[in-house]
Amino acid sequence: MEHETFYTDLLCVGAGLAGERVAIAAAAAGFDAILLSLVPARRSHSCAAEGGMQAALGNCAMGEGDSPDVHFADTVKGSDWGCDQECARIFADTAPVAVREAAHWGMPWNRVVAGKAKYWKGGEEFEAEEKKDKHGLITARAFGGTAKWRTCYTADGTGHTLLYTLDNKVTELGVRVHDRVEAVRLIHDGENCIGCVARDLKTGKFRVYLAKATLIATGGYGRLYSETTNTVINEGGGHIIALDTGLVPFGNPEAVQFHPTGVVPTNILVTEGCRGDGGTLLDVDEKRFMDIYEPAKAELASRDVVSRWMMYHIAQGKGVPSPYGDHLWLDIRHLGAEHITTKLREVYDLCRHFLGVNPINQLIPVRPAQHYSMGGVRTNSDGAAYGLNGLFSCGESACWDMHGFNRLGGNSLAETIVAGRHVGMMVVEFLEGAQVTFNPQLADQGVELEAERVRRLVSRADGSENVFAIKDAMQLEMMEKVGIFRNGGDLQKAVDNLREIYARAKKIGLRSSGIGANPELALALKMPGMVRLAICVAYGALMRTESRGCHARDDYQARNDRDWLNRTLAYWRDLDADLPELKYEPSTKVTYLPPGDRGYGKTEIIPMDAPKED
Amino acid sequence: MSRQLTFNIFRFNPEDPNSEPHTDTFVLEETPSLTLFIALNKIREEQDPSLMFDFACRMAICGSCGMVVNGRPGLACKTLTTELPDEITLMPLPVFRLVGDLSVDTGTWFRQTNTKIESWIHDDQEFDPTAVEERMENDLANSIFELERCIECGCCVASCGTANMREDFVGAFALNRISRFIMDPRDKRKDPEYFEVVGTDQGIFGCMGLLACEDVCPRELPLQDQLGILRRKMAFVGLKNIFKPKEKGRQRRF
Repeated sequence: MEHETFYTDLLCVGAGLAGERVAIAAAAAGFDAILLSLVPARRSHSCAAEGGMQAALGNCAMGEGDSPDVHFADTVKGSDWGCDQECARIFADTAPVAVREAAHWGMPWNRVVAGKAKYWKGGEEFEAEEKKDKHGLITARAFGGTAKWRTCYTADGTGHTLLYTLDNKVTELGVRVHDRVEAVRLIHDGENCIGCVARDLKTGKFRVYLAKATLIATGGYGRLYSETTNTVINEGGGHIIALDTGLVPFGNPEAVQFHPTGVVPTNILVTEGCRGDGGTLLDVDEKRFMDIYEPAKAELASRDVVSRWMMYHIAQGKGVPSPYGDHLWLDIRHLGAEHITTKLREVYDLCRHFLGVNPINQLIPVRPAQHYSMGGVRTNSDGAAYGLNGLFSCGESACWDMHGFNRLGGNSLAETIVAGRHVGMMVVEFLEGAQVTFNPQLADQGVELEAERVRRLVSRADGSENVFAIKDAMQLEMMEKVGIFRNGGDLQKAVDNLREIYARAKKIGLRSSGIGANPELALALKMPGMVRLAICVAYGALMRTESRGCHARDDYQARNDRDWLNRTLAYWRDLDADLPELKYEPSTKVTYLPPGDRGYGKTEIIPMDAPKED
Repeated sequence: MSRQLTFNIFRFNPEDPNSEPHTDTFVLEETPSLTLFIALNKIREEQDPSLMFDFACRMAICGSCGMVVNGRPGLACKTLTTELPDEITLMPLPVFRLVGDLSVDTGTWFRQTNTKIESWIHDDQEFDPTAVEERMENDLANSIFELERCIECGCCVASCGTANMREDFVGAFALNRISRFIMDPRDKRKDPEYFEVVGTDQGIFGCMGLLACEDVCPRELPLQDQLGILRRKMAFVGLKNIFKPKEKGRQRRF
């Protein structure tokens, strides 16, 4: 089948912050790079990050005494000791450099203003003195699960401005960006990855990209769930093509974060910065409750903990009834009009436009919604994927793995450019030594296999299942049974039902012609892969018989460091199978901070040295 | 009683030799808090799976879903049907190349234009990873952010008289972007260099001052002010050029 072929040194699948940062590293070192993106690069989900990125600069008054060591410890505790401590270490050490580098490239970070300043914490106002010698340096705000104020920001449009800053750099360096192009299959010979087969979403035609190194930076898989803050393109496309090789494992698929403040009913996110800046959560009686459940951290405990207490409080009958189910309130009224219209401007706009609520004098209806995928393409600390040479992954799509079982707010935006900087250097090293032979036959075969899938979908050769119905069924199953609180019975049912849904997904037939930029065909090509990912999440959660971070089992409430201080590695070796093969590896090779108490969130812990039960 | 909404939607698939530009009509019952994002997805899933349109963030931050709603360019995701009459006509944004139905290729257009205006910080100094960041006043950071809030949705370009008549006009978005760099001390370009980029009919002097751009901007950017400031500034640079002594071997046109 005829197709266009593009050659490059580095192919980045995904042009959000992580993909762009790695491409910048390669281009700056003199290598050719191509970025593929489902949407124009500046529309990537990175742009939706609001509150900021963590880096231990210690410039603001409430950040005094901060250091990468403190940031590292917060990150490990946040992960509930599920993270790879080597990566968390690299991350905390590199974050300040990455923030300053972004400033050098034009990022308008908010700055310290010397003098007395008024702040809010848990509905109480207090005063702090910003130091003269720090005036004009990059400032920070509070986020959950942190010992210091460490989250650097530009109002609440941090992701947007950072993405534009990096995309400006990409433009300056002349990196080619092919937008509306979707990678549908990795090209490999069982040992080396040499690029991908892709589909031009503007025309429907197939293309081939041959590259010495291929990076997956496609963001998370939030759209496996019906209620998510994620953009509509976060369907796990990068995870699907990696998992489908049968060689690359999906690390910790069950590690899925729910954010406390999704807006009801649209699940649009309002930033953690609202609580960081002093906003509170209220119940049906308009009373605070987080200060009772978590006396130390209150609203600013980690996201998994706050989300659980919110659902618990609703279950106690304290939710606010609404046609869209019970919810709670987020209150930022006391922060005042000036603060809300400047530092929380996006929140101000979206509440008015999407809810008809003015947060200066009204409460915001919120409820936890799926938000972040800690799991992803498992890589080593260089960002190199397990299982295939020349394949890398970075950002939310990767399980690098600095987040373990819970990511701290402000650590995802940070990961994109911090890990991006580090992995970028490693990719450059790889490219410098790379000897790659491109086998065009492999590419042709790949195109032919994908073209055959299209033919079968269009001619309904395998059946006439409706792709939208399958997506709805999968998303509902995940939301109802693989959500915030999990138990063995529901998870088993979810796995069983998802296997049935998978069988149906193989019998999809199109109702439309499939010609050109056809949306039904694009979804149909991805659907079986999405259900495979969903099965990995549900099955990984079923087998993990403990509670850790975001993974909360009603039937196994203790964090079990004796048996489960490990990372799930899900392999899908045979596309005819309907379950992955699960392997496990220790969470971390090096332990700087031994497992202990997080300081928030009540959990029973079975220590590493506890005697085995019979 | 909920309303019956009638959607008249422009249809054309350039990849399909049998497709002719036409309008299709879809009827949908209005539900509470219905946005065009929800409505269009419903129509696609329940009535016509081939319907092409673009969304990503569905919270008015990514700029994907610009389209002409009852004659006015805007973001579909933040348009509530309660703001519209029973009959809703949806057209793709003009100026940009049509991908199909309501979907247009804004990505290529904006990348080309950003390249043309050199939308990046011009600074020869290498980044020093060991140095503390350069200081900046917080008010200045806020002012830069105010202009940096543009999401390149294309509504200002689609509503612009000049952009609809001449394809090389860079549009209000680009002029706003240049204002952002002029304001930023980290960009070391001098006025004559900005003049090279936007001191032409393709740039600020192509603007006819109709200012639909500011009327339709979903981000409520102060485009009128920025265009005015930039026009004065560039006119001043242009005047200075006229009275500058001629450089040897360089011919200037008037």
